[in-house]
Formats: sequence, C-alpha cells, structure tokens
Amino acid sequence: MCFNFSTIKKMLLLSLGTFAFGSAWGELGVNFPTPAGDVAQDIYDIHMLTMKVTTILLVIVFAIVIYSLYFHRKSRGYQADQNFHNTWFGNWSWVLVPALVLGVDFTIAKNADTVLKTVWEVPKEKDIMDIKVTGHQWWWEFDYLDHGIKVESRYTPQDQSGDLYLREVDNRLMLPTGKKIRFLHTSADVLHAFWVPELAFKKDAIPGYVTETWIELNREGVFRGQCAELCGTWHSRMPIVVESVSEAQFATWVDGQKVAQQQALAEANTDKTWTLDELKEKGKALYDTKCAACHQVTGQGLPPAFPPLAGSKIATGPIEGHLHIVINGKPNTAMQPWGTLNDLEIAAIVTYERNAWGNDTGDVIQPADVKSAR
Amino acid sequence: MTTTTMTHDEAHHDHAPTGLKRWLFSTNHKDIGTLYLLFALTMLFLGGASAMVIRAELFLPGIQLVDPDLYNNLVTNHALLMIFGAVMPAAAGLANWMIPLMIGAPDMALPRMNNLSFWILPAAATMLILSFVVPFFPGGGTQINTGWTLYPPLSIKVGMSMDFLIFAIHLLGISSILASINIIVTLLNMRAPGMTLMKMPMFCWTWLVTAFLLILVVPVLAGGVTMLLFDRHFGTSFFDAAGGGDPVLFQHLFWFFGHPEVYILLLPSIGVLSHVIPTFARKPLFGYKSMVGAMLAVATIGMVVWAHHQYTIGMSLGAVTYFMVGTILISIPVGLMIFNFIATMWRGSMTFETPMLFAVGIVLMFTFGGLSGVMLAVVPADMQYHDSMFVVAHFHYVLMPGAVFGLFAGVFYWLPKWTGHMYDEKLAKIFFWTNVIGFNITFFPQHFLGLAGMPRRIVDYNAIFTEFNVLSSIGAMIFGLSHLLLLYIVIKTIRGGKKAKNRSWEGAKGLEWEVGSPPEFHTWTTAPQIK
Repeated sequence: MCFNFSTIKKMLLLSLGTFAFGSAWGELGVNFPTPAGDVAQDIYDIHMLTMKVTTILLVIVFAIVIYSLYFHRKSRGYQADQNFHNTWFGNWSWVLVPALVLGVDFTIAKNADTVLKTVWEVPKEKDIMDIKVTGHQWWWEFDYLDHGIKVESRYTPQDQSGDLYLREVDNRLMLPTGKKIRFLHTSADVLHAFWVPELAFKKDAIPGYVTETWIELNREGVFRGQCAELCGTWHSRMPIVVESVSEAQFATWVDGQKVAQQQALAEANTDKTWTLDELKEKGKALYDTKCAACHQVTGQGLPPAFPPLAGSKIATGPIEGHLHIVINGKPNTAMQPWGTLNDLEIAAIVTYERNAWGNDTGDVIQPADVKSAR
Repeated sequence: MTTTTMTHDEAHHDHAPTGLKRWLFSTNHKDIGTLYLLFALTMLFLGGASAMVIRAELFLPGIQLVDPDLYNNLVTNHALLMIFGAVMPAAAGLANWMIPLMIGAPDMALPRMNNLSFWILPAAATMLILSFVVPFFPGGGTQINTGWTLYPPLSIKVGMSMDFLIFAIHLLGISSILASINIIVTLLNMRAPGMTLMKMPMFCWTWLVTAFLLILVVPVLAGGVTMLLFDRHFGTSFFDAAGGGDPVLFQHLFWFFGHPEVYILLLPSIGVLSHVIPTFARKPLFGYKSMVGAMLAVATIGMVVWAHHQYTIGMSLGAVTYFMVGTILISIPVGLMIFNFIATMWRGSMTFETPMLFAVGIVLMFTFGGLSGVMLAVVPADMQYHDSMFVVAHFHYVLMPGAVFGLFAGVFYWLPKWTGHMYDEKLAKIFFWTNVIGFNITFFPQHFLGLAGMPRRIVDYNAIFTEFNVLSSIGAMIFGLSHLLLLYIVIKTIRGGKKAKNRSWEGAKGLEWEVGSPPEFHTWTTAPQIK
C-alpha cells in the first residue's frame, strides 16, 4: 500500500536514533506539530518541559539499575550487604526520596498551573468571535454566531481526498488569524471530542453541555485533526480541517457564504412546484452527503445498526410516516432529527429516497407538504 | 479429643476428593487457587486473540479485516477480558494459593464462599462472551461499540448485547467482592500466632489493601451500570440530558471505580515483586515499613483523583487544578516503592532466574510508564495527549509491567512450589525475552503515533501513521504468540521436570517455603509460632 522505499528509509533513520536531533522530531511525526497560537505554544512548552524532566529522571533510574545489575551480581562474587537497610540512608530514605520527588512534582505543577490559567479562562472581551461547534454522528457543524453563517463539515471519500483520506473534509473550518476566537462545544447525539493538534487542545462535545475553549491563531495554514472520543461506527471518519487565513480573506469568505445561504433560502421559499426529476437530482446530492454515511449510497444500509432504505417499509409506505422519521428522528438510535434542514431539502431527500434503488413509488413531495408535516 | 477421632480426622483430611467433584465442590484454597489461575490463563488467550485482531486490522491503513463496529467490540472485549478475566482472577489465584501458606493458616477463612466466588466467574465469562456472540445472530441487535468505558449516550443506543455485558459486570463484581471479603477475613483472623500485621509478608499486605479497594469501588461500578440498565429499559434518564440527566455523571461513577481499579491490578504484583527481588538479591526487602506506608498512600490518594481521566469534559479551573495536583502527588508513594525495589537490588548478590528477569523488567518499564503518567497528569498538556494513542501506550506500559509481568514473575517464582517441579529455565528465559521485546516494539511506537495526532479507538487511519502502526503490529504478533511458549512451559512443568526442593530458591524466605513442594493437600493444620 503506502509502504514504499522512503517510508522504510524513514524507519531506518528513526531506528538509528537520528530523531534525537530536535528539528527532525516534528518532521518525522514523532512529536506535536508546531503550535499555531501563543497559548498553544505555552501548552507545547509545558509538554516539552515535563518530557525533559521525566526523561532526566528516567535516565537516572536506568543508570542506577544498570550499574547495580552489572556490579551487584553473584556471578561477580559480590556479597550481599545485609545491613544496607539499617544504615542512616536506609533509615531516612523514606523522607529523602519523597522530598526529592515532591521537589520535582512542585516544579512541574507550578509551571503547569500558570499555563492552565491562561488556557482555561476565556478572555472576557466583548469582541471575541464565537463559534459553536456541534458534534454529530459523524460530521461537524460550525455555527459562526457573530456572522450568522453555518458550515457543515464531512469527511470526503478516498477517491476525492486521495492521500489526505480521513484528513480532508468538504467544508473547512475557516478562521482568521490575530483574533481571539471562542469555541462553544456541544453535541447533538453522543460524545465527540474536538481535536486539532496545532491548536493544542481537545474538548469533549457532550449533549446537554456547552463547554468552551479559546485560541488566537498567529499563523496562516491548514491544520488537520479529528474526533477524539469514540462516537460509534464511523468515529474514524470525523476529520476536522482548520484553514487559518488573514482577516481580509476571512471577511471575503464570510460574504461569499452569506450570499450562498441567501440564495438557498430564496430558492426554498419560492412557491414553485417542483418536478420529480428536479427533486431527485437535488435529493441525491443531499442524500449522498448527509445520509449515506449510515444508509449507504446504495440504500442498503449496514444492518442491524443502520437499516436499508431500499424496499423498506418506511420509504415505500405512507409519506407522513417517512416525513415524520426524517424530521423528528428515532429515539435511542443513531437516526437523529433532521428538522434543521429547510423544507425544500427535506422534500428533495424524501422524494429521492422514495424513487431510488427500486423504490418506485413515484411520489413527489413538495416543500409545502414538509411545512404542513412539521 | 480421643485418639480414635484424631485418626479419623487425619484419615478424612488425607482423602482428597477426585474427579469432577474435587473441582466443582472444592473448598480447598490450593485447588481453588489453581482453578482461578487456569481460568485467568484461558481469558488471557481470549483477550490476547482479540488484541491481535485489533493490531492486524491496524497493520495497514484501510479497513481490511473487521467492520468498524466489530472492531470497537473487540476493543471493548479486549479490555474487559484482560482486566476482569485475566489479571484480577490471576491475582486472586495467587492470593488463594499463597496467603494461607504465607501466614501459616490451614485454609482461607471462608472456604465455601471461596468456592462460590470462583464458580461465579465462568458464568460471568459466559455472559461476557454471549454479549460478543449475540449480534452475529438475526435479531441480535448491534455490536457493543463503546469501548470498555461504556459511556452513554452511545451505550444506551447499543442492542441487547449491552444488557448481557451489564449482567456480566454485575457477576464479576459479586465474585471479586466475595473474594475480597474472604481475603480480608483470612488476613485479619488467621495469621499464625506471633505474626503481627507489621510482620506480615508483603504480598499479604498488598492484597489486604487491594481487597479493601475492591470493596469500596466495585459497588460504585455496579451502581453505574445498573443506572445504565434502567436508562435503557425502564425509562429513567440518569444519563440522558434530554430527560434532565447528565451523561458526565456516568463518567464520574465509572472512573471512581476505574482509577482505583488500576491500583487493584497493580498492587498484588507489587506484592509479588517484594518477594521476588529480595529472594534473588539475597538480602531483605529495603524499607518494609515505608512500603506499607507508600501502599496505603497510593490507595488513599488513588481513591480521590479519578477525574484525571476526564480533563476534557469542561470542569471548572478549581476542579482540574485539584485533580492535577492530586494525580502528580501519586508519584511520591509510587516513586518510593520503585526506590525501595532498586535499593533492595543495590549491593545485593543478584542472580537472574526468570522471576528476577521479570522483576528487573518491571522496575525499568513501570518507571517509564509511571513517568509518562506524570506527563498525562499535567492538564494543559493532557489537552493534547487525551484519548490519543499516547494514552494507549502509557497505560499498557503501566499495566503490562505493573500487573501482568508481576503475575508472570509470581507464576515462575511459585510454580516449583505448586507443581513440585522446576520449570525449564532456558525456555522460560526465551519466553521472557520474546515477551518483553515484543511488548516494547508494540507499545513504544504508539507514543509517537499519539503525539503525531492519531486518536485511539479508530479502525482506519491516514497513511501518515502507517510506519509506526506496521511496527507496532509486528511487535504485537511477536508479543501475542510468545504466550504460547508460556502455555507450553506451564504444561511441561506440571507434567514433570527436575524435582523442586521445599525451599525452591536459594534466597527464598517465608513460611510458604517450609511446606512441601508440592505442598500436602492440607498444610499448617498446626499453626507455626512466629518469633
């Protein structure tokens, strides 16, 4: 597969210990990537500090043990010192050792505490930019609360993402540099966790909770992370891609999003009567992004967790039942309420589902039908 | 007492029951100890097999062998089988065999309860295996895709196999509570005259503390999973935010059990080390009193730092600071334990039979795992490490040396006592080296994977993580297969070998070395006098 000569060379380099030279660490993927913010840098620094302290301790312990293993062995004729535990050292080591460890602990805890305060306490500034991050099975929703725009972010299949498979999404999380940003984390279904190593933090998305984190990006770039809390079948397919851009670029992007959203809204609110083919075309595009992760592009689902839609009772039975389950979801299953979609989108998806994969009901559901079903 | 009844009693005692009845109705601590150990060995292979499927799937990017839900189910089962099936019963097996021999008692204090606490285990294991098997049948519902932490809301959405698992956990819990009560009663009441608590062998001390920990925390887990059961079937909303409940509450209940559980797994092995190292260093344990103190401190602090498994749930600054400082402080007693082991080796006259090889391996590798634990305790840095492969590497470095290698050391140390035969030293050394090297190849690269951004519990990953996963999987195959050698050595030793002396090791001290090898069916019917 992706196992060619260069990767073997990389492993050889590693096994030779070349990675001990600082700069090579990140490049070879054996340490955190370069942080993208000042707070992230503080976190990186405390990571390196504890790692250095613990490495020094480890070397000391290994040195003492190896010395002892070499010299204090019977085969060298070494006689056991039966009174070692009764010397002054033996009598007082129970105080000395904890005191020493306490000193080390104190050094680490003191440094960590300073960083912790900055990380934990979101600056109380009026113009902080708020982004609500909602975890779904298995995609991310980013609400730019100050801009009134919403981004849905899903993994892209291997034929589209290539080498970036599981590290690439359809819509990225766009963020401006040089601005304090507050993330508000929550979940619509099960637990998820937001993790982008360059931002240097992780926060759980918990249904019923809103937790907060903050960042101020200091460089542009594309930073890739993924969901870090087991969230069911496709936990591995929840990448997060942050694109950090200048404030001007960000403003342009926001305007573009607003225009697109207004167009979509306008389209959904026309009184137009849609034809079967129009709805099917729209529906297929929506189904393949929003529904196919569970029910599959083929409509066959992944039973027993995700039932097939091809030939299913709901997708071929009464329209009201079908609309009801799409709008309200099914409790205690992975089927979530899709009521946040607009009438046209739901109409298109339901029409597609009732007319694809051999479900030839011929039903055409209009946005008005959805409205009355809500 | 007349002579006739004496003879009758003696005759009765020498008559060991045979066949199935001997094992089913056994009240003999040695037989029950053997049963525990055999059960643990079986579970070790089941848990190991699931781990090898996991590593085979992760060998290369892409989904080749198992579906995502089956993968997650294997992750769940691996943990539960190893913790509840292998390590805890193995430690209980050692306790059953050795505690009465070490304290000069004729048997455990509550022999019938001893029988019960063992025979609940096969039933629990059956339930556990059913939870895995049921989804393969039509109408069997979905796989348990939650990991052993069973966090809701995900665990509420799983099919009926979750109910099997909940009842399996109840049974396992009952079994360990009964065993713990038995051990506490035995240790507090049946010590030979003159053996004060502070003269008690270290292994007994570690089990006394372990048993108390078990009784304190297992009911909390049982309560947690019962609430889960009620949420699933009886319309309560303990953990459902939509019904006014709190998903995080389950995490607190789980880790209130889960963190002390780490010490439950660890301490019996610390006890084994406290016998193995002095034996092969030929000098007494350094710092017996500080060892007891350190252990009590670990147990006490260990009870109140559970939320360091949940740094990312969004606790207040005050709460995370408390849990961080508490967790870092654990390094003091644990450091003291490690120090005592090193000081026992220092200026000793060491030889390196297999138990000692494992002991030295533990001291080195457990120190490594403990130090990465200090890194994880630091909240800001843990915001990065949390739920990444770094954590997987860390806890395997703690639990494998800290618990499993300690048990291996104990098995090799006492195998001559149990079977009356010396094991094959050469084979055992080969086992040690393949096992330890395989272990390190498996888990050392996982630190790097975590730091590079690979989360744990994912079935598929991007190609940038390939190299270390390949390496890790190769190591895992060596590590996993090496256990077949362990099985062979154990069977070979049971079947025959060089006759073991009563005091099987030159430097061994303690009452257990004064009885026969193998010991008579009933030992210490007259309690020895301790000076």
